[in-house]
Amino acid sequence: MSNIYKELQKRILVLDGAMGTMLQAYKFTEEDFRGKRFIDYPTPLQGNNDLLSITQPEAIKTIHGKYFEAGADIVETNTFSGTTIAMADYQMEDLVYELNYQSAKIAKEVAEEFTKKEPQKPRFVAGSIGPTNRTASMSPDVNDPGYRAVTFNELRIAYKQQVEALLDGGADLLLVETVFDTLNAKAALFAIEEVKDERNIEVPTMLSGTITDASGRTLSGQTAEAFLISVSHIPLLSVGFNCALGANLLQPHLEAIANKTNFAISAHPNAGLPNAFGEYDETPEEMGEQIEEYLKKNLINIIGGCCGTSPEHIKVIANIAKKYQPRKLVIG
Amino acid sequence: MSETNNQQPITINQKRYMKLSGLEPLVLNENSNFINVGERTNVAGSRKFLRLIKEEKFDEALDIARHQVDGGAQIIDINFDDGLIDGKQAMVRFLNLIAAEPDICRVPIMIDSSKWEIIEAGLQVVQGKCVVNSISLKEGEEKFIWEATQIKRYGAAVIVMAFDEVGQADNYQRRIEIAKRSYDILVNKVNFASEDIIFDLNIFPVATGMDEHKRNAIDFIEATKWVRENLPNVSVSGGVSNVSFSFRGNNGVREAMHSVFLYHAIKNGMNMGILNPALLEVYDDIPKDLLEHVEDVILDRREDATERLLDFAETVKGSKKEAGADLSWRENTLQEKITHALVKGIDAFIIEDVEQARQEAEAPIEVIEGHLMIGMNVVGDLFGAGKMFLPQVVKSARVMKKAVAYLNPFIEAEKSDKSEPVGKILMATVKGDVHDIGKNIVSVVLACNNYEIVDLGVMVPPEKIIQTAIDERVDAIGLSGLITPSLDEMVYLAKEMQRQNFEVPLLIGGATTSKAHTAVKIDTQYKNAVVHVNDASRAVTVVGDLLNKKSSHLYTAKLKKDYDEFRTKFLKRGKEKSYISIEAARKRKYKIDWETTEIKKPNELGIQTLEQLSLKELLPFIDWSPFFRSWDLHGKYPAILTDNLVGEQATELFNDAQKMLQEIIAKQLLKSKAIFSLFEANSINHDDISVHKKGKEIAVFRTLRQQLKKREGIPNLALADFIAPKETKKTDYIGTFCVAIFGAQELANSYKAKEDDYNAIMAQAIADRLAEAFAEYLHKQIRIKHWGYATDEALTNEDLIKENYKGIRPAPGYPACPDHLEKETIWKLLDVENQIGVSLTESLAMWPAAAVSGYYFANKEAKYFGLGKITEDQVTDFATRKGITLEKAKKWLHPNLAEE
Repeated sequence: MSNIYKELQKRILVLDGAMGTMLQAYKFTEEDFRGKRFIDYPTPLQGNNDLLSITQPEAIKTIHGKYFEAGADIVETNTFSGTTIAMADYQMEDLVYELNYQSAKIAKEVAEEFTKKEPQKPRFVAGSIGPTNRTASMSPDVNDPGYRAVTFNELRIAYKQQVEALLDGGADLLLVETVFDTLNAKAALFAIEEVKDERNIEVPTMLSGTITDASGRTLSGQTAEAFLISVSHIPLLSVGFNCALGANLLQPHLEAIANKTNFAISAHPNAGLPNAFGEYDETPEEMGEQIEEYLKKNLINIIGGCCGTSPEHIKVIANIAKKYQPRKLVIG
Repeated sequence: MSETNNQQPITINQKRYMKLSGLEPLVLNENSNFINVGERTNVAGSRKFLRLIKEEKFDEALDIARHQVDGGAQIIDINFDDGLIDGKQAMVRFLNLIAAEPDICRVPIMIDSSKWEIIEAGLQVVQGKCVVNSISLKEGEEKFIWEATQIKRYGAAVIVMAFDEVGQADNYQRRIEIAKRSYDILVNKVNFASEDIIFDLNIFPVATGMDEHKRNAIDFIEATKWVRENLPNVSVSGGVSNVSFSFRGNNGVREAMHSVFLYHAIKNGMNMGILNPALLEVYDDIPKDLLEHVEDVILDRREDATERLLDFAETVKGSKKEAGADLSWRENTLQEKITHALVKGIDAFIIEDVEQARQEAEAPIEVIEGHLMIGMNVVGDLFGAGKMFLPQVVKSARVMKKAVAYLNPFIEAEKSDKSEPVGKILMATVKGDVHDIGKNIVSVVLACNNYEIVDLGVMVPPEKIIQTAIDERVDAIGLSGLITPSLDEMVYLAKEMQRQNFEVPLLIGGATTSKAHTAVKIDTQYKNAVVHVNDASRAVTVVGDLLNKKSSHLYTAKLKKDYDEFRTKFLKRGKEKSYISIEAARKRKYKIDWETTEIKKPNELGIQTLEQLSLKELLPFIDWSPFFRSWDLHGKYPAILTDNLVGEQATELFNDAQKMLQEIIAKQLLKSKAIFSLFEANSINHDDISVHKKGKEIAVFRTLRQQLKKREGIPNLALADFIAPKETKKTDYIGTFCVAIFGAQELANSYKAKEDDYNAIMAQAIADRLAEAFAEYLHKQIRIKHWGYATDEALTNEDLIKENYKGIRPAPGYPACPDHLEKETIWKLLDVENQIGVSLTESLAMWPAAAVSGYYFANKEAKYFGLGKITEDQVTDFATRKGITLEKAKKWLHPNLAEE
């Protein structure tokens, strides 16, 4: 199969857009989430988007297809919350392997279909690895700053299980994303290294942080450069930022790391800031203009969208990306 | 899937620089200045930090970290390697707390420990890119590679010590060889980023007077240059103050030596270091003549450089004081002179001064209540404020006692009332225990605060304590003990006090006691005040509060509440550990490959005694760090001598100890005796060791096995694992020994008779050190001669203290075999008491107290470990094997029983 490193040298690669926003349009009910299989499950399941890979696989397939159609080179699996830690909310820890395996399998099928149609533009599947809902270097208890709700080892074990299932299901690469606590990300990277070592394989790994406040720091307090240094100990395919405050506000952080690393740089911002109703209303054209600024400055190797983005956004972004050269990877 | 990662654009031959991070980046480049690593958050580097951590005052410990960062430290070194601290737990707790302090955690962390598990625990709680301090080839390539691989995965840089299987690199050639070898392994086998490697090339002292040390500095500097030129991208670091070690006490020269050393080392590529900025002179400000002498030494430019610097050093100002020489204080007023004498502990003029005061006073008692108490109050204030240290206070007390002894006849003659003591305290070391240094120190401190002390001495039965307390109507009882069975004695005494409706407070102290044990086991037995006082400096305030008629009720209530809360917290946290059955633990025993492992037949089998050894032989084997601990001065020797806080005191104490040692040797005041033997042996039934002679079993040692649930691949150890099992049909060997120092008690008593508690305590502390040194000496003789399995070993004293040798000598009552009962087996086997006169008390403490007994294991895989907690099934099994009642077994193994 094609090598993503070669593709990265040739052009700017396009990542897909939001999965959640697309699923919202289906207006799935509690019954739809349950399907037949989980009809008697003891906890409410509506909102467990990852579960739809099992109960509504066609919808997931269709969304992947739409993003490839729009010009994406890489789609992300529907596994943002696919760890025992995040699935504990639904008492679905035992289902974690299957969720990840199925999600990767579905995405891979769609990707292969498209690669077959357009062999000159091979498509890739990135196993999405979210941050979980716990944080390893901050205390949730204001009265006890030394307390931790999750340990490195708990995270490492949970991530390892997710990574193994994603790879078994056919993921071509891994994307550790929306990192708000660098220690969580380091646990994920540790788990990935363990799997690579045990299976004697290489797995291209993307890592993407999120900077959510105006101070320009991650939630756990690191500057963009400190974050970059803290995750550069294993050979990454790319490092970058996603989600957060929209394309405009992401730019300074990309600039802060772009000339300090030999890894590729990725960005997949939200469609602007959410409005008063929690909706993202930045149009594809508005977002495209902002992203074009990155590309003009030659900051980017992989570009895509996060919350609020749709295949229309990706289509505009893909068309703009075609016009620009990727950021040079060989330094010096 | 993807074939390879090699397309990753890595630029060859381009220089790369280390990058570290806290919340903010620390990036080196070709213009980087020297990186200054803060050392005060290291329990070995700061006595205060150690104390705060021991007292779990993490908030105040954080202030030390903050202070360092504010003061310009670019990295902070954090170390909790101390026998009395749970290092792993402290590391995790402290780093978690630091993570919540943005003004501290903005800088990168250096995780410093000699224990891998502590390093790993630290790496798991820090989000930034840390430095691990340190790893080395000391225990071979396999361990080195494994640790480096893990460190890489955790994303940290690493300090590599110039240390290999043979030992520490101490010349140019060894330094560069080990550095090169380490580098090649890290870069080629582990794929470790070369810019993340920092070499610590061992800074050793110069100007020691020994020829082989002459090149210590220049070898380091030249090796640094070689390393930076030949091993691309690495950094070089080191602990700078070592270099000037032989000039401790003369800070003027030391500061110049540090600056000169750094000036040349930095020029040659040293780019990081741990140093105390207060001990650094500006290179350009060093006077020309001093500079020349110092550079001669550092750069080894003249044959006679050391002698010349020594001569010159006499003239260098900056050494703070020449005690005794400066007598200007004699020109002050009488009160000032007496106060000075008390604060400084100078007894040369005290009789003269007191006599003058007596003549001026209306009654001799006024001198005590006036002049002397005014002086002692100054001492008390300074001590309370942490500006004086225990050895000084004990010296002050000596002066005080001398003065009082002089005045007493005059007071008696006038028949006036004696000065009314503020309270009467009973002090005793409990039944079965013979250790009393700590108790004596507390007694002295209390006595010089005007408490009357009723000291019952050592091995005091509970009935006697109770009876004396009633007869003497004491106001408080202080109990001390060092060995674990003493803990139960204290519990028993608390019960008795409750049963007999005592109301006086109970003070608990001594090395094995703890706040946890006091809160959980003793406090619950006695409804009145129980306080754990492990620090003599606290004794005065605690007793003061307890005996203050107005506030004691309130204080006692507060104490009770505090212990109650502590107990609740402690019991909660203990529950996390889980244990496996003894059967399961045996399946997880440590497996030595008996087919291939080397078993050396001892050169000499059979019992031998050693009684003619000169104490001089033991001097190089003395580990001084515990000596300072017994005086409440915390820190590692020799660094403690130059410690910012306690260095001066430590140096003075050390000099006094040297003086006494010389006298002990010259007059043969102490005698050493030892008995030891090597036997044929095999392990049987997993946990027992059968000792035989000509095929006949003559003794069986029962060992205990760890039962804590462990990770896959980590064995549950018992000492028996290190001896070949009978089934292997191979004859293995074991040794046992007892060494003791006789005469300490008599020597201490002779000082006490002269009202000199300082030297009485000193004598005991020295005897303890000599006993330990003797054990170390004998172990070496065993290794290289009597057993002869390590005839080619060449270890420095430092290696010995760090136990870098092959084989172990665990002692009953200590972590690997906490069961004191096995001492009885050793005593029977060697006939110890009849042969050399060391006896066992009912608590199985050895008498004389300065004694060490134990086993020898020679297998190269034998190692020290802690038994930890065990469960009831093993105790039952142990009782059956040993042929004792379950009750007896439980009584002795009590401290190691896991709570159900």
